[in-house]
Amino acid sequence: MAGHDHDHDHEHGSELSETQLRVRALETVLTEKGYIDPTALDAIIEAYETKIGPRNGSVVVAKAWTDPAFKKALLEDATKAVASMGHMSRVGDHLVAVENTPKRHNMIVCTLCSCYPWEVLGLPPVWYKSAPYRSRAVKDPRGVLDDFGIKLPKDTEIRVWDSTAETRFIVLPMRPAGTEGWSEEKLADLVTRDSMIGTGLPLNPGQK
Amino acid sequence: MDGVHDMGGMDGFGKVVAEQNEPPFHAPWEGRVLAMQRAMGYAGAWHIDHSRFAQEKLPPATYLTVSYYHRWALAMESNVLERGYATPDELKAGHAKTAGKNLPRKLTPDVVGASLSRASFYRPQQGPQKFKPGDRVRTKNIHPATHTRLPRYARDKVGVVELCHGCHMFPDSVATDRGDNPQWLYTVVFESRELWGPDADPTLKISIDAFEPYLDPA
Repeated sequence: MAGHDHDHDHEHGSELSETQLRVRALETVLTEKGYIDPTALDAIIEAYETKIGPRNGSVVVAKAWTDPAFKKALLEDATKAVASMGHMSRVGDHLVAVENTPKRHNMIVCTLCSCYPWEVLGLPPVWYKSAPYRSRAVKDPRGVLDDFGIKLPKDTEIRVWDSTAETRFIVLPMRPAGTEGWSEEKLADLVTRDSMIGTGLPLNPGQK
Repeated sequence: MDGVHDMGGMDGFGKVVAEQNEPPFHAPWEGRVLAMQRAMGYAGAWHIDHSRFAQEKLPPATYLTVSYYHRWALAMESNVLERGYATPDELKAGHAKTAGKNLPRKLTPDVVGASLSRASFYRPQQGPQKFKPGDRVRTKNIHPATHTRLPRYARDKVGVVELCHGCHMFPDSVATDRGDNPQWLYTVVFESRELWGPDADPTLKISIDAFEPYLDPA
């Protein structure tokens, strides 16, 4: 029952319930075998539903916008800089922050699977894991940005980072104009998930 | 392997469509799949590259049409069966018939917090690093039938080393049970025209993270 003996034309209702049953069977077997503990699974799910989300990244970005020493540290070694904030669990050893400037816009993708900086952005959205994004981001990123309603100046360099190993990337977007003197907390509200992937820009003060 | 998972540069998949107010999971079973994968990984049952390789080996039509967590579930079943953690009969019956194999550890609720951080992929270096930032390199023209992290669109292309990330376990070896075989890892950046020809967007640069065995001096 390796799973290839059915038609999987669509993710329709009957298949969903079949999947649900198979997943339940798998969990029961792995539990009875002693490999997993279902209450630990509950705790993992709860963490991803309530704690580990893009707010973690937004706070990092807002701090970088207000604290030049932190920004420098973040761009030099994002793993260390984020760990030093102590507001979230350790991010693993391999986080790299890449900075947007008036001359350069960064975008993150994983063409081979769906690698994503989970600790700072939470679970990846479906579009990030989808064939349209994975196929086009490296070849036609301006077209992808267009799908998101983003138009950049024609001469802005676009840099796409394909996450083909265990390094994870987060985009440090540009701070919106008109936010002088804002607190980190208030700035963090402007930092969208997509702005840290590179398929969006931070909100402007009027948009929030 | 040259599979449909290696999507960079393919045409025809259409627009990127974002779902508004997307929930973390679209059905409860998706969360169970993610959590089981985490728990089996924590237990040392298999490595993340075994999961990736199992997904890559799904029939292309299946890979392209089932949802993300469904793909994970199918890959997990493959690894459970291929590695002898359960039998086809047991998965079919939905119950264990014999005791499980010994695993190095088990994820329990008290250690879930710590388990949510990713493991380190650093490994002790086996030799001096061959390249440094600024060096020109040519990626190899390789087509292994097994797992690799050198995408097709970036094979046999000239780029420049931008960053060195230290020595990491080598997915090509790990996925085929040949050990960590640590290798230096670099970010290599390419001009768009090197990858996509003279009509490519001249403002575009693309980088991959490439293990040293993928690279020759150029």
